Amino acid sequence: MSEHHNHEMHGYYTGDIHNQFVPEHYDPKNRSVIWKTFWILLIITIAEVAIAFTSISKEVLMVIFITLTVVKAYFIVAFFMHLKHEKLSLAYCILLPFILIVYLIAMSLTEANYLNLWDLIFK
Amino acid sequence: MAAEATLNNENSNSKPWGGGVSPFGISWGKMMMWFFLVSDAFTFSSLIIAYGAFRHRHTQVWPTANDVFTHFPFVHEHLPLAYVGLMTFILIMSSVTMVLAVDAGHRRDNRSVAIWMGLTIIGGFMFVGSQAWEWYNFITGTPKGALITNMGEIYRFPENAPSLHAHTHTAIPDWALISPDHKVISDKAEVERIKSISKPIKGANLVNNEYGHPLFADFFFFITGFHGFHVFSGVVINLIIFFNVLSGVYSRRGHYEHIEKTGLYWHFVDLVWVFVFTFFYLV
Repeated sequence: MSEHHNHEMHGYYTGDIHNQFVPEHYDPKNRSVIWKTFWILLIITIAEVAIAFTSISKEVLMVIFITLTVVKAYFIVAFFMHLKHEKLSLAYCILLPFILIVYLIAMSLTEANYLNLWDLIFK
Repeated sequence: MAAEATLNNENSNSKPWGGGVSPFGISWGKMMMWFFLVSDAFTFSSLIIAYGAFRHRHTQVWPTANDVFTHFPFVHEHLPLAYVGLMTFILIMSSVTMVLAVDAGHRRDNRSVAIWMGLTIIGGFMFVGSQAWEWYNFITGTPKGALITNMGEIYRFPENAPSLHAHTHTAIPDWALISPDHKVISDKAEVERIKSISKPIKGANLVNNEYGHPLFADFFFFITGFHGFHVFSGVVINLIIFFNVLSGVYSRRGHYEHIEKTGLYWHFVDLVWVFVFTFFYLV
């Protein structure tokens, strides 16, 4: 293989019975991305603990906390688990099933609301 | 092998779903790890959603996490969120060392992989140990415990509810009681009446919970237990990989893909903790 060709198809063979060729894209800037992600996660966590002791109303706090949790989850999945740099088809396969989880949240909270209403009327 | 490589190159350049190459551009092992994690995420989601639904159902009598988890090692004051904040930091830190091990694997740097993997394992043990201590405090409970009426309602003592003190400007008398829906009962006759129909309980288990609704304890033990079991299995898997690294298995193989697969699992454990932290401790 020529030097040019080798650069394009950098990777390795898995070495098992499938002996699949896996392309690998090593980025030397990776380590600075890792530490940036760490600082973001740490600062968000400290901020969460700090605002838990302020006098902001519970409902507003809940919205802030859940939003920040989703932000943290994004950084872990995108950079630590490297999903941002995988093919889009794989990302869709992994993320789209979670639409069902949104549906389950909606169903469960509706059920809890209904039982609360039942108490209100019949107790 | 050279012929195979050429074949693969041709295929991957023309059509990713034409066979011969991974359409996702990753190895089958990593792909299956991802799909396993999706199914595991569904299990954890179901557990946390069940917790959310029952909490929503019993909002008025649900314990305040800031009154339950107030301990910190070697400190006697109430320090809500401090200890769990430290646990979160340990787990995030061990996720960082894991991803640095993966990075070292890409550079084929066996020594660095071993060092980062070793640090990840230490972080994992520290987290499991912290969780054991958290469980110990929750199971033992407060020195005074609480009262449970013959109707199964939990009445707590004022010193066990520091979060209530923060919200009331007037001092709560020592002999007062805190009702299940977090209200101060300072009418002496009413306090005596409640005492006459109740017996003392202490700590938390799957049946009773001195901090409030027993479902809080059930979900806490089940979800953090299931997560802790994941952390423990992760540590065991990391240990196996660590010894493989030390004995040069991956440097002989020529790639460190195994580190990436266990790394995915380890980051997932961190990811689940982010949600457990929010829904059990923050909101």
